[in-house]
Formats: sequence, structure tokens, C-alpha cells
Amino acid sequence: MTAEVLENALEVEKVESHLHPEGSFDLADHPVPVGTEEIWRFTPLKRLRGLHADAALDGDAFKVEVDLPEGVTGTSVAVADSARGASGLVPTDRVSARAWDATTSVFEVTIPEEFTGDQPATLHLIGTGVEVASAGHLLVRAGKFSRSTVVVEYTGSATWAENVEIVVEDGADLTFVTLHDWADDAVHLVSQHARVGRDATLKHVAISFGGDVVRSDTSAEYAGPGGSVEALGLYFADEGQHIEHRLFVDHTAPKTKSHVVYKGALQGEGAHAVWIGNVLIRKVAEGIETYEENRNLVLTDGCQADSVPNLEIETGEIEGAGHASATGRFDDEQLFYLRSRGIAEAEARRLVVHGFFNDLIRKIDVPSLEEKLTATVEAELAKNVLKAL
Amino acid sequence: MATLEIKDLHVQVQTEDGPKEILKGVNLTIKDGETHAIMGPNGSGKSTLAYSIAGHPKYEVTSGSVTLDGVDVLAMTVDERARAGLFLAMQYPVEVPGVSVSNFLRTAKTAIDGEAPKLRTWVKDVNAAMDRVKMDNAFATRNVNEGFSGGEKKRHEIVQLELLDPKVAVLDETDSGLDIDALKIVSEGVNRFKENGDKGVLLITHYTRILRYIKPDFVHVFVNGQVAEEGGPELADELEANGYDRFVSAAV
Ligand SMILES: Nc1ncnc2c1ncn2[C@@H]1O[C@H](COP(=O)(O)OP(=O)(O)OP(=O)(O)O)[C@@H](O)[C@H]1O
Ligand SMILES: [Mg+2]
Repeated sequence: MTAEVLENALEVEKVESHLHPEGSFDLADHPVPVGTEEIWRFTPLKRLRGLHADAALDGDAFKVEVDLPEGVTGTSVAVADSARGASGLVPTDRVSARAWDATTSVFEVTIPEEFTGDQPATLHLIGTGVEVASAGHLLVRAGKFSRSTVVVEYTGSATWAENVEIVVEDGADLTFVTLHDWADDAVHLVSQHARVGRDATLKHVAISFGGDVVRSDTSAEYAGPGGSVEALGLYFADEGQHIEHRLFVDHTAPKTKSHVVYKGALQGEGAHAVWIGNVLIRKVAEGIETYEENRNLVLTDGCQADSVPNLEIETGEIEGAGHASATGRFDDEQLFYLRSRGIAEAEARRLVVHGFFNDLIRKIDVPSLEEKLTATVEAELAKNVLKAL
Repeated sequence: MATLEIKDLHVQVQTEDGPKEILKGVNLTIKDGETHAIMGPNGSGKSTLAYSIAGHPKYEVTSGSVTLDGVDVLAMTVDERARAGLFLAMQYPVEVPGVSVSNFLRTAKTAIDGEAPKLRTWVKDVNAAMDRVKMDNAFATRNVNEGFSGGEKKRHEIVQLELLDPKVAVLDETDSGLDIDALKIVSEGVNRFKENGDKGVLLITHYTRILRYIKPDFVHVFVNGQVAEEGGPELADELEANGYDRFVSAAV
């Protein structure tokens, strides 16, 4: 190996990048945040009920129900006997590190090699109270060349810190959906990490409607060339609600792809949506393609949307890289066009909002969810957009 | 039966330097069965007139009146005007992402008629209207005007004209951006609409060529926010030969 090749190889291991936080399992490496830290500056710490500080995470105010297709297994395993860490997840913030320490068991969902199924594996996590805080750990493993869908639905009331690991083995195709349909008082902070194998495909879907504070950090790395990640997000932030999505796609292998599209609507006083889209293209990651996009539709006064795309490129040899971010109100021209055809204002607004989400819902393409998503958008609209008229 | 009457219409828009008057007293009466052509140079205010009739929020009426069969149009909302029987084919039809053409057309038809069209005949009607303007039926599943070529957007306007069947149609440069075949197709659509009954048509155009296919009863030369001269079809011939120079210099 020549010195230069060696240097390049080492480059993979170490990257000086603000997009690439050093993780640590040691809680001492994660001091209690005060709110000025880059990764915490958008999050309302006061409303986290101590998840970020020292609140005990030993609560059991939740239950889990599973609905699995034949062949897929889902069981709770003691940490010592589990494959925890299989995705390469290393906590990058205090909540994640605390959840890691506090969990005594791991819920493992395993999709066997070459499994193919249209029926999704569904996990319901039902919160039963906010007084005690709880921690959880979910590990989803999609075996080689399998094709499957896993849906995690969160409902009820909870104060919940969680780590989620997703392992997509070589050649596998996994659609992984989280649906945050929490009650109004839920606080949920989750760190998700995905490892995408050679020629594997991950469609990662984050849908957030409910909760008081929902923050979801998702990172993805590639274990080999040819992997592909499509990250889709749909959210509706209501009055007083804080919904935060932070994404980090780490292009650690050549010929890999990432495509991120997050769309959200905001309505009501104090509705706050945050989207951080970080993409790092490492020196080794030649010939990759990446695109990330975030769009916010602001439906009423008093809302705030923060949207920050970051792209860091360490190699010149890429196929394509781009990002887009836009936050806007109703487009007057669209409304005028529809109304000039006789369509009443409320109906025109309804059409535009459904239209805003429709392409995304089509991309999500999980038939069992489609109707529910459209109905939820409709229900959210009824709160403000249609009522105001 | 429909008469659109525009009397001494003054319209302004807000600009960085304050309000700017664009229409400076427009008078125009379109009786049923009549086709009026409005011709004028770029920037003379033709689209402003069209948008003001349709009620676009950007255009502010400062004085004058617009009535349809004696009823005050200016007091109506945009959608009420459409339901009262006015239709505007736009110079630049708007893209509406995520809303399919078929959903849009059905919603509009339901709004105009006050009841949903019969499902069985409706699909046939839509397909037939598209066929007549040589629009592939596949357009029904595409998003409204999204990615349509200029000509496709104009044909889509004509499809709407035929399906919604208003009393008075204002066509703002429906001919612009069309090749000769498309121009004929679009013109035939307008002529079919006219044959549907006692329809009023206000045809706004910059060029005379569409008047070869759609015969106007009256021609108005529009300059600097006003009607500078009116006449019969022969006025269009004069414009064809001599252009707008005579009217523009007269107005200055
Ligand atoms: N917001 C605005 N600020 C300043 N001027 C404006 C504004 N909106 C419209 N105008 C002006 O109003 C005038 C009339 O515009 P309009 O679009 O009605 O013209 P038109 O006759 O339809 O022209 P064309 O043949 O190019 O379609 C133009 O001079 C235009 O620049
Ligand atoms: Mg114009």
C-alpha cells in the first residue's frame, strides 16, 4: 500500500466534520445540555420532563402490542442476550446515552433471509401515562435479500426516551415506518440509526402528528457499496406543538444513494417544526447521489418552521448532490385558479393541502397506511383551515 | 341569456412606489351571443381587465361597475363569480401540485352545478372533451397543469370551458404559444362553446391570427388602460396591416 492509498483509507476512519458528532456510551461524555448547544438549540428543554437531564427512566407506563406476518419474529430479549449495537449505533446525545443505560431489554424484530411479504409487521407502542419516564430499545433486522415492511405506531400518553436500530443486510429491501400519533401530552425523544448493507434498500418513513414534543434523530451509514436510503417525512404541527426531525446520512461507501423528502404543515399559535438535514459524503464515497428536500406549508399566523440543510462533500467524484428547503404560505395564485372555477375557498384550501402531501403519500406507498394518512390530514385540516372559514 | 356590462372601470395595483392605476375607465357591454375581441399592445392592461372581472385579489377596483344581467359582480367572491356564470381562460394557467386533473374537474363541476355529476356519464364527458382538443386521456391522472407544455395548458383551459359551460367566457391570450394546429383545435373548442347557446365571449389577443378562426362581432382596440377605438371585424384587418402605432401615438 502506498502512503497515499493508506492515507485515503484512514480518511474513512476519521473525518473532521461538524456534521459528524463523536458518539459515546459513557454518560460522562454527554453533559446536561443548557440549550445553546448546536444539537439542542431548537428543542424546548423545559418541556422534556427531565429526559435530557436526570429524570429516572425506570417507568413502565406503556404496553406493546404486535401484529406480525408469519415468519417474522418479534420478542423482548434481555440486554445481555440481545444483539444490541448491531447497527453500529453509538449515542450522540445525552438522552440516547441515558436510554442506552436504562434499558434492561431489547425488543428485537427479525425478518428472516429471503423473506418476502406484503403484510407489514406492526408494533403498537401505547403510552399509559406521563408521570413516569420510560426508556426503550428496538432492533429491527432485515435478513439478506428479504423484502418487508415494519410499522411502529406510537399512541397514548408517555414520557419516552428511545433508541432504535435498523440493520438492513446485503440485498435486503426494508420499509420502516414510525407513526407518531401520540396524545397531546406525550414527550418522545428517539435516536434511530440504520446500517444499510451492500445493494440494500431502506425506505425510512417518519410520520408525526401528535405529541407535545416529538424529536426524532435519524442517522444512516452504509456497510457496502450500492446501498440506497430514501427518507420520507410527513408532519403536522399544531398549536403549541414541537416536532423536530434531524437527519444525518453518512455516505461511507461508494455508489450509494440517499434521497430525503420531508414535508410538513403548521397551524396554530406556537406550532414549531424543525428539520435538520445533514449529509456527509466521505472521501471513499465516490459516485454517490444525494438529494434532500424540506417543505413547510404555514397555514396560520403564529407558527415557526426552522429548516436547515447541510451538505459536506469530501470527494470531487460524485454523481449528483443537491438540496432544497422552502417555507411558504398558501399560494394565492393556486387558490385563485381553483376558486375561479367555482370552488369555494375552504374547499380550495383543502385541495391545496391534500395536494401538498399527496405526492409524498404516494411515495410512502404503504397501502395499509394510505387511507389513514389522508384521513389524518383531513382531520388536522378540520381543526383550523376549514373551521376559520 | 347573459349580458356582461363594464362601466367606467378603474383598477389599480400596489407597487413599491404606491398604487398604480392600470385601467383608466373601461366601458364595454357584451350581450348574449356576441363575441368581442380586445386587441392591444403589451402592457396595455388586457390581462388586468380579465383578472379584474374574475376577481383576482391583486387588482383593486377603485371605481366603476361590472354587472352580469344587472347583478353586481364586484360584490361577489371569486368563486361566486364563477358560479354566477363567468369563466376566465388564463394567459398563464397555474400549476397545482398534487391535485389531479380529474379530481379538479369533478370538484369544479360539482361546485358550479351545486351537485356532483353522475359518475358514469361524467368520465365519458371528460374523456370526450379531452379527445376533442386532442389531449390524451392520461392527462386526467396528472397534476393540474404541472409539467404541461404551454399548448397543453391552453387545451386544458378549453376542456374546462366546455365542461363547466359558463354564460360568459373571457379568454386571455388563449392563442399565444400555440402552433397553427393547436390554434385551430382551440378555436374549434371556443366555437363549439358558442354554439351551445347564447354565450358571450370576450377574446383578448395580441395578434389577429386567432380571428381567422373565431369570428368577432366587435373589435376593441385597447391602449393604456382604455378602449381607444371600437369597430367591426374590419378593425382587426386594419390592425393586421398597420399595427398599433396609430392608436398608441394618439393615446400619448
Ligand atoms: N405589481 C405591479 N407593479 C407595477 N406595474 C404593474 C404591476 N402589475 C402589473 N403592472 C403593469 O400593469 C400593466 C398592464 O399589465 P397587463 O398584464 O394587464 O398587460 P397586458 O395588456 O395583458 O400585456 P400582455 O400583452 O403582455 O399580456 C403593465 O404595464 C404592467 O407592467
Ligand atoms: Mg396579458
